[in-house]
Amino acid sequence: MANKDFPLIFERGQEGRTSYSLPELDVPELDLDSEFDDAYIRTEAPDLPEVSELEIMRHYTALSKRNYGVDSGFYPLGSCTMKYNPKINEDVARLDGFSQLHPHQDPKAVQGAMEMMYDLQTSLAELTGMHEVSLQPAAGAQGEWTGLMMIRAFHEANDDFNRTEVIVPDSAHGTNPASVTVAGFDAVTVQTNEHGLVDLDDLKRVVSEKTAALMLTNPNTLGLFEADILEMAEIVHHAGGRLYYDGANLNAIMGYARPGDMGFDVVHLNLHKTFTGPHGGGGPGSGPVGVTSEIAPYLPKPLLVKKDGEYLFDDDRPLSIGRVKPYYGNFGINLRAYTYIRTMGAEGLKKVSEYAVLNANYLMRKLEKEYELPYPQHCKHEFVLSGKNQKKLGVRTLDIAKRLLDYGYHPPTIYFPLNVEEAMMTEPTETESKEMLDGFIDAMLSISEEAKNDPEIVQEAPHLTPVKRMDETTAARKPVLRYSK
Amino acid sequence: MEFRYLPMTERDKQEMLDVIGVDSTEELFSDIPDNVRFKGELNLKKPANEASLKKELAGMAAKNANLSEYSSFLGAGVYDHYIPSVVDHVISRSEFYTAYTPYQPEISQGELQAIFEFQTMICELTGMEVANSSVYDGGTALAEAVTLSAGQTKRDKIIVSKTVHPESRAVIHTYAKGQNLKIVEIDYKDGQTDLDQLRNEIDDNTAGVVVQYPNFFGQIEPLQEINSIIRQQKKTMFITSSNPLALGYLTPPGDFGADIVVGDTQVFGIPAQFGGPHCGYFATTDKLKRKVPGRLVGQTTDEEGERGFVLTLQAREQHIRRDKATSNICSNQALNALASSVAITSIGKQGLRKMAVLNMQKARYLKQQLEKAGFPATFDGPFFNELTVKLPENVTNVNEKLLDSRIIGGYDLAKAYPELEGHMLIAVTEIRTKAEMDTFVKELGDIHGE
Repeated sequence: MANKDFPLIFERGQEGRTSYSLPELDVPELDLDSEFDDAYIRTEAPDLPEVSELEIMRHYTALSKRNYGVDSGFYPLGSCTMKYNPKINEDVARLDGFSQLHPHQDPKAVQGAMEMMYDLQTSLAELTGMHEVSLQPAAGAQGEWTGLMMIRAFHEANDDFNRTEVIVPDSAHGTNPASVTVAGFDAVTVQTNEHGLVDLDDLKRVVSEKTAALMLTNPNTLGLFEADILEMAEIVHHAGGRLYYDGANLNAIMGYARPGDMGFDVVHLNLHKTFTGPHGGGGPGSGPVGVTSEIAPYLPKPLLVKKDGEYLFDDDRPLSIGRVKPYYGNFGINLRAYTYIRTMGAEGLKKVSEYAVLNANYLMRKLEKEYELPYPQHCKHEFVLSGKNQKKLGVRTLDIAKRLLDYGYHPPTIYFPLNVEEAMMTEPTETESKEMLDGFIDAMLSISEEAKNDPEIVQEAPHLTPVKRMDETTAARKPVLRYSK
Repeated sequence: MEFRYLPMTERDKQEMLDVIGVDSTEELFSDIPDNVRFKGELNLKKPANEASLKKELAGMAAKNANLSEYSSFLGAGVYDHYIPSVVDHVISRSEFYTAYTPYQPEISQGELQAIFEFQTMICELTGMEVANSSVYDGGTALAEAVTLSAGQTKRDKIIVSKTVHPESRAVIHTYAKGQNLKIVEIDYKDGQTDLDQLRNEIDDNTAGVVVQYPNFFGQIEPLQEINSIIRQQKKTMFITSSNPLALGYLTPPGDFGADIVVGDTQVFGIPAQFGGPHCGYFATTDKLKRKVPGRLVGQTTDEEGERGFVLTLQAREQHIRRDKATSNICSNQALNALASSVAITSIGKQGLRKMAVLNMQKARYLKQQLEKAGFPATFDGPFFNELTVKLPENVTNVNEKLLDSRIIGGYDLAKAYPELEGHMLIAVTEIRTKAEMDTFVKELGDIHGE
């Protein structure tokens, strides 16, 4: 069933072909094999590709043409913040003085790198209104878990071992409850009310002396600002719990509001979302955490600090939860985020949020004419439509998403959040022009017309993509997870 | 101030506000109550134009002693290998680096196929049946492996050898706390895991045994004997962290019966970049495929019967299973997995063993020269491309002096092993030349002679 037009790298080339260029052996050759017990010397070489350098470039160029990035076109994936990835960031990250640094070098020899990290920590603390920041967590989900582990350590330091529950809204991203479990807590759900916000009565019902924390995204995954946040903070704090801020949606409020001023005790940020780290096809990301002074002693170690004008890694932190990752975090992604923050400054970042919100509201008002909008108030950086009306015509949200591919757009996030039927979560970001938004609006409105007049064309979409809909059932039932000859 | 990433003009803005039915963008923020509104100006550095920012950051970069301009003998988990030029040319294609996770397979076949190929390469290198699309790094991969073993065996004791990377062990301890697992560390003897202690510690509550191959000291752990000790306990899982380059020469852990093999592909095409991002790999037996953390790509066909690839077995993952997921991991290290795939392809079937051997030959040359100069190796066992030697004084002090000769010395083992005060862990890769090694030995001799 090999596809002749798109061979795997293992199906290219010929036995014996190479593209390596290794340095010379410039030392006397020893008999290595005599040093080892035979059982430890590999007898069968791993079956790796045998291709020339040009074949490598042709192969991966062909693959890249079967892929779609922000540079290819509009990418309104809700909660993913698919904004433009600036090119200066890529250039800076490739400077030898940053990319060619070993994490165990003497700190005195890498003060420039540490200065950047320190400056980034300070900037993120300022943006979030938090006291201190650690850049160590590798990505958002790891930041969440790190934050929960700190809250756990905080309670335990107060001899409070009965706080076993973390409250999570029903609209939360799946990583939230998963991180709760990995940190050793039980996830407890709080319901969303008819306005799309956390139901305060339900929060009062679920909060108790067992509550370790409330995890919240604000604006929430429906793109709505939790206006009762101070009251929620009061309820949770009063019960002895702490507030965790999932920074996935910070792009909506920079310069307008800060988690620290809303009563949050711990935050994580997704530098690959708001701060333009490229998504890379799924990663790497970066998920720094920020905390109040009360939680600061529990930050992962080592912590980068500045003392007498010199930057140091402080390992002497007895209350720290420990390491969450080898070394100091995803430095290369943090550097890109730093470059972005330096490009924009306070004025630019506030404009980012202003335009992210303007673009989302414009799209929402244009699309609500044809698509059900469950929560009609102004949104922040994203909004959630429901495909209910189209479903009545036999066209599901999945079909609409696939049809958008034919129009040349990446679809919104679909079937999330879970509390909206046939959800389409749409986040245009601030880097898109009005013409781009208008083009997308036209496509969405035509698909709505097609659903009424010619539903098959939507139901059978996509028609114009390199491959058609995939048989995902067989993929999961009889998994083929590697190539075999 | 103009911002080049923000395309809206005043006219656009006005037209959009009219459609929305508000007078200003400020109204769109009216749902943020006054008592949580931020009213000042954020205290950040002023926005910088592209030219001046590039200059400023280049200046910051220039303050650092980098591996391209210095001779480095530092390894300890992060290695200075040559990165073929093709790697950066491939990963700089923005169809790859500006894409999201391939949730829409119809327009993501490039990424999906690249990951499927990566998974295959990892299986081939490790001798395992299944590999995932990558996790954060080698250290957190070990922590995920430990969690998997505890969940699968319903046991809570984990045995970890002290010859495992100290920072990976630290990460395991942090994860274990969350999962209420008990970690027992066992000592080393002659630079390898103390097998007697392992025999004594392993019991019917042991979920997994964690070793590193080659270990943190560069020594080759006796996986055959370790496996036979582990197999005396039914269910206990054999977990190994491996430098995948070493597996070009060494028998892979899969052949010795490992259940989970993890590690970092930084050695293939990923710059050290001050410790991250690198790229963790995660490989298991077929039996564990539905327990693997993170994303998996599987082969399938489309409606017209064409071969294609999709993310699969997603019922394991957080976005479906939420608090019952096998892990909370969401992202993988797709772009770095791509970089490693390109580097592995470039080295290829023919080159991998040659590259491994080159590392080994050069490391042995340096070992001999150091011995001749009066710096004996700490351990005698078989090793890959790292060795430990005893110096007459504190390693960090020696390294400071070496830096003046544009040499980045090895890792100070006393930082993680107080009993190894004065012992330096030295890595030699294929790009270290005889001349660099001779200079290194001479400088060490000079420092000693002072």
